[in-house]
Amino acid sequence: MTTASRPFVPHAVGTAMPRPEGPQKVRGTARYTVETPGSDALYLFPVQAGVARGRVTAIDTSAAEALEGVVAVLTHENAPRLAREADADHGVLQSSTIHQHGQYLAAVLATSSESAREAASLVSVEVVEEPHAAVLDEDSPDLYTPEALVVGVTDDTRGDPEAALAASAVTLRRTYRTPMEHHQPLEPHATVACWEDGRLVVHDATQAVSWTRQALAAAFGLDESDVDVVAQHVGGGFGSKGGTHPNTMLTALAAQAVPGRSVRYALTRQQMFDLVGYRPATVQHVALGADREGRLTAITHDVVDQGSKIGEFVEPAAAFSRGMYAAETRRTTHRVVPLDIGVPTFMRAPGEAPGSFAGECAMDELAIELGIDPIELRLRNEPEVDPESGLPYSSRNLVACLRRGAERFGWADRDPAPRARLVDGWWHGTGVGSASFPVPRFPGSEATIRATGTGDTAGYTVEIAASDIGQGARAALTAIAADALDVGVERIDLRIGDTAFGPAGPAGGSAGTTSWGATIVEAADRFRDKYGDHPEDGDEADAHTPDNPWAGEYSMHAFGAHFVEVAVHADTGEIRVPRMLGVFAAGRIVNPLTARSQFLGGMTWGLSAALHEESVLDDRFGHVVNRDFAGYHVATNADVGTLDVEWLDEDDPYVNPMGTKGIGEIGIVGVAAAIANAAYHATGVRVRSLPITLDAFL
Amino acid sequence: MKLDLTLTVDGHHHSLTVDTRTTVLDALREHLDITSPKKGCDHGQCGACTVLLDGRRTLSCLSLAVAHDGAEITTADGLAPDGELHPLQQAFVDHDAYQCGYCTPGQICSAVGMLDEAAHGAPSVVTDDLTGDVRLDRAEIAERLSGNLCRCGAYAHIVDAVEQVAR
Amino acid sequence: MKPFAYERPHDAAGAVATVTADPDAAFLAGGTNLVDHLKLGLAAPSTLVDVTGLTSTEITDLPEGGLRIGAGVRNADFAADERVRARYPALAHALLAGASGQLRNMATTGGNLLQRTRCVYFQDLTTPCNKREPGSGCSALDGWARHHAVLGATHEPADVACVATHPSDMAVALVALEAQVRVLGRDGERAIPLTDLHRLPGDDPTRDTTLAHGELITAVDLPASPIAAHSTYRKVRDRASYAFALVSVAAALAVDDGGTITDARVALGGVAHVPWRATAAESALVGAPATDDTYRAAARAELVDARPVESPRGGTAFKLPLVTATLAAALRGLAENSAQEAR
Repeated sequence: MTTASRPFVPHAVGTAMPRPEGPQKVRGTARYTVETPGSDALYLFPVQAGVARGRVTAIDTSAAEALEGVVAVLTHENAPRLAREADADHGVLQSSTIHQHGQYLAAVLATSSESAREAASLVSVEVVEEPHAAVLDEDSPDLYTPEALVVGVTDDTRGDPEAALAASAVTLRRTYRTPMEHHQPLEPHATVACWEDGRLVVHDATQAVSWTRQALAAAFGLDESDVDVVAQHVGGGFGSKGGTHPNTMLTALAAQAVPGRSVRYALTRQQMFDLVGYRPATVQHVALGADREGRLTAITHDVVDQGSKIGEFVEPAAAFSRGMYAAETRRTTHRVVPLDIGVPTFMRAPGEAPGSFAGECAMDELAIELGIDPIELRLRNEPEVDPESGLPYSSRNLVACLRRGAERFGWADRDPAPRARLVDGWWHGTGVGSASFPVPRFPGSEATIRATGTGDTAGYTVEIAASDIGQGARAALTAIAADALDVGVERIDLRIGDTAFGPAGPAGGSAGTTSWGATIVEAADRFRDKYGDHPEDGDEADAHTPDNPWAGEYSMHAFGAHFVEVAVHADTGEIRVPRMLGVFAAGRIVNPLTARSQFLGGMTWGLSAALHEESVLDDRFGHVVNRDFAGYHVATNADVGTLDVEWLDEDDPYVNPMGTKGIGEIGIVGVAAAIANAAYHATGVRVRSLPITLDAFL
Repeated sequence: MKLDLTLTVDGHHHSLTVDTRTTVLDALREHLDITSPKKGCDHGQCGACTVLLDGRRTLSCLSLAVAHDGAEITTADGLAPDGELHPLQQAFVDHDAYQCGYCTPGQICSAVGMLDEAAHGAPSVVTDDLTGDVRLDRAEIAERLSGNLCRCGAYAHIVDAVEQVAR
Repeated sequence: MKPFAYERPHDAAGAVATVTADPDAAFLAGGTNLVDHLKLGLAAPSTLVDVTGLTSTEITDLPEGGLRIGAGVRNADFAADERVRARYPALAHALLAGASGQLRNMATTGGNLLQRTRCVYFQDLTTPCNKREPGSGCSALDGWARHHAVLGATHEPADVACVATHPSDMAVALVALEAQVRVLGRDGERAIPLTDLHRLPGDDPTRDTTLAHGELITAVDLPASPIAAHSTYRKVRDRASYAFALVSVAAALAVDDGGTITDARVALGGVAHVPWRATAAESALVGAPATDDTYRAAARAELVDARPVESPRGGTAFKLPLVTATLAAALRGLAENSAQEAR
């Protein structure tokens, strides 16, 4: 079934294992990027543009330079040149053009953080402001059709959905909106950079040390072998630490001006709203056609995304509707309105999170229209093969998730009437939403296994430039390596987070464990082929990520179902979620202890997006104005009620040798829809835009 | 302007000279290389910098160092002298009450401070009877720890861990 | 952040003298708002005069049965005081509904009263704001004004407009409970009703209070008040915890055996530049039956002159029904408790 020459027998995999780095994390001694030791490192603080578009006509750094402790002030006039024509996002301090509010215009290097920050405030910048665009307007003349999505085509059409909609017994047309959202990992993005003898050594808060190395090498015209990137502990990423952003470029550029000295820069929380990406706002038009029995005859899902003039990322929200349910006809489209704002990027469940809000709310609305239970409606539209590709599924257990969840949640007792349950002044309701997430595999990782010691007690050093951003890579890869080598976990010395270990794919796309794990299994097989199970000290084997021979034969997705209870205060409209259940079919679970955290974390993220998160882009100024944790709300502990998680045993022989599917994102998908559906059930009020706040119910 | 001061951090005495603008958090992290308290927002909106200052949970990012000359500070690292984890820290490991770990030292200092407050009878906004006894159920623990944001969403496990120790 | 000197005088009078003499000096207490503002560049004092330990950290009984709260009392200690919990439950609730456990351990009574608005435009140096930069305009009027005023704001002329709100929870309860503030100035100590401490923006939104530069709050006096034991604080916000109020209500109610309201105290938070004493609502309540109709009529009476921010980017019109709903919820709860006790 796999490329591996011997079957993968799980022992450590499937067994709960505390994080090896746990004791360090609970003491706070695990070092994150900006805490990299080096007391003589200079502090960087930037000067940022206060307008969304324009030109710097003069910049005076004399007052800043005169301040005690200031070592250098870089501007576009004196900064080192990047080796190539970098794009506007990465081309920091390369020209006088202002493309976005918050853009870096200068950087101060100083011996103390206080001096750096004060000096930055003393840099005087003259700017000519030019008109900017910052409104997501579907009728914008600038609206364009992107060439492709990150994965898949921009638009796809099957049959004649408009004709099918016109002929359908029941037709539902709705518009849903999701806001701009920011990742805001608790560890702000940070970089420590140093140039030594023409080599660039960078510690970076990144989900992908290899990607950061690639980006830096390209920008500075270096061979990748002349760039080292290290990320030992990363304080959350969620996509924003996937790509390389201007802050990393700026730090490396500034370090070039002071060769031999380290420069460190951690963003302020406010700066985290400017330059490290976001999930773009969407407007989503969904139409469903069905016969009286609820069989779908047409699905159309047309999305307009917020975008940037200086870089493209398309939130692939309509892609969710390509594979979720069977329908004779289908149309999905994506359009982008480019604005004078920063570049959006992947954010936890890109596409699926906002797309499932629209798709799964629409299914609920259709169920109500038809008078069919919303779970039953989903069951009636379960496809036999992937509607997008026509391929059979390697495994698809959505139906099992819905049935098991319904049983565990007590769905059978549900009275479908809205606004019918008032308990102690709160309207209560329940809702459901389905979840799906693909099982991608990133190519190009490299793993090395080396024996230390000899014979039955030999240890194995396993090196791979994976990143642990909190998902638990250290524990998971240790377990996978132990099983692949058929030894106990105590004999594995896993080393990650350093480009010295060769290239590696990112901690992202719910594909980290799958991609790195498959590579480690391949390396272990080669090792055992070469040296058997009684190696000599120093025996070594390596491997690149193998291709999945089943990739073109099967459609591979994880599935899940969310059940939630919502309470809405009858007077004030305050909305709470006292109870959530997620049931998942996501392949083999490597580490039940940390996996539960990932599912719970995803569900909590979904709750946060449903009720709290919205980056308010004030179009007059072109920047986010609720730019801190007091303004941009994420869920607090008190917002989370009782969370319940279950996963189904799933044996999928096609996804990879371990049978894993990836669980970092599916916990979010469908949560916001389930909450909106439950809020409707509670109150009779249908909310079609996020976040759902109390004013909707007044 | 710079001033001399002393701080006792995790049982160790330190004399240092700091700018009046330096916060306790920056004094610890940038002057003493004590990086257990984290900088998450620097504005009192996330709780990652929480330490026990003279025994009470405090946000070190909003505390000026010069205003705390002579203070006794305990960080999460100081809760595990000689490496032996505090029961709450062990509970966090056992319940996997974290993911990325960045908010964790602040969560733990906050929880230790909170348990002490509750033991002294301090009510919270979700305490039904303001004049009655405090019983730390899940809702109480969640409310009292809501000043510590966790973006990974580990709240449910954090409450599990704290509940185990509170019993 | 600009450099500043730091001083710790021997007594409150010395602190007052130092700050009074230097127009750019400022008092430092808990620091939870001021240090925030130093970092944002909103405050750039020449000297910080630390008053920690210079004002009382005690809560003492007053001869007529009230309480005196030292300005240095931390919010957490204030809320935990058994006398406050028993005699002024609205106040304990308001304190506990504010900020977080850590912040309540830091913030002082005096500092809490003097915290400044959380308007996002006030805090953002790149946008116009009449409070921060007189004459530059009010960005909130046509901006994101979810947390802004419906009462007593200045909508025009443009160069003085301000629709900011006062963020304190504690102050709302104190206003309802008719607290007095003791203030030390160069010429000695004076006492003023708390309702006279904060001011509406009028034609000078830069000034939050009526205090002269250098005046120091030394204590807050709570009068004895039987009705205060039947008080509550209801805070409505966008998160379950750790968020500023959209609307809050501090209320105390006395209801006789016949179900008629005999006395009432009401104050509103999140609706104005000041913690808003709702005297029109109080008048409408007294003598009326304790019913939802009465509560809603009282809210309507208070909101007669309300003017929400009508912003295309999110205004405050929703606060009008929300004030009504929150007031009704708070008063209904009080009346039910009152009825239960009567039984």
